[in-house]
Amino acid sequence: MRPETDRVKTLGLEVPGWTGHRAGQHVDVRLTADDGYQAQRSYSIASSAGGSRVELTVELIDDGEVSPYLTEEARVGDRFELRGPVGGYFVWDPNPGGPVLLVGAGSGVVPLMAMVRQRAADGDEVRTRLLYSARSWEDVIYRDELERAGQRGDGLEIVYALTREQPPGWTGYGRRVDRELLAEVVPDELALTFVCGPTPFAEAVAEALVGLGHEPSRIKTERFGPTGG
Amino acid sequence: MEALRLDGNAVAGLLREVFAAEVTTAIGTCDGCGAVEAVGAVHVYMAAGTVLRCPHCDAVVMKLVRDGERIWIDLRGLRTLELAP
Repeated sequence: MRPETDRVKTLGLEVPGWTGHRAGQHVDVRLTADDGYQAQRSYSIASSAGGSRVELTVELIDDGEVSPYLTEEARVGDRFELRGPVGGYFVWDPNPGGPVLLVGAGSGVVPLMAMVRQRAADGDEVRTRLLYSARSWEDVIYRDELERAGQRGDGLEIVYALTREQPPGWTGYGRRVDRELLAEVVPDELALTFVCGPTPFAEAVAEALVGLGHEPSRIKTERFGPTGG
Repeated sequence: MEALRLDGNAVAGLLREVFAAEVTTAIGTCDGCGAVEAVGAVHVYMAAGTVLRCPHCDAVVMKLVRDGERIWIDLRGLRTLELAP
């Protein structure tokens, strides 16, 4: 278990019989209480494919049913039920045929990180730009790893938009992702775009990209919301 | 209050259970407007049941209600569903 930010933790799961996954897929986690009450939530897989280990990055939702357990109570050695991998729409294709744009807000970066990791693991140098919106630098999940990944010179470029608070000397964007910002950041030619974030964010970004002339069928969105965490 | 809108990705697990296949990449045709779209891109509203709506005309294309081990599915709004391996 690895803390990522104050409210976000990554859990490494050893899943017997795991047959691998594709970046962008998720799993359903089911917890069963002693009295038989069950709660189930869907979480994106954060790790690239490989072996029987799966990493989930979970954000604590204060009044949630599953995330408080996963982020605060779960201990190494605990066991729970997983279903998956599921999903095939919002997944990384190793041969996108051109530049790829990844746009994430908050914990929406998790499936995009799986894509960044898979791309690196494959030695894939397809031009990829990650636009990551977070409230502050402290809220940026995978900070150190992203910093390293962005400096590797393998065609990955990372652009941050810190919406509420910026560290001293910040040279990145210090505002929300909107059409104007996208017009500055997004390459003219894109083979594929993945957008993941809360519903209003994902829809606004997808709409703005279409408004900028990008083909709707090449923009894949994954919305999430406070469904009880 | 408007129910929270998600998308087909959020019900990938439930649909896999029902169809025993990966359905988010399946191509559905809306019976309301004839639009053709991957199930992963349809709008999803989750409450007591799960409602899938066409992202183009907002017509209901699928409803699923779970009651314990039973799952009830209404597919009236879906003209066709094309699954490919």
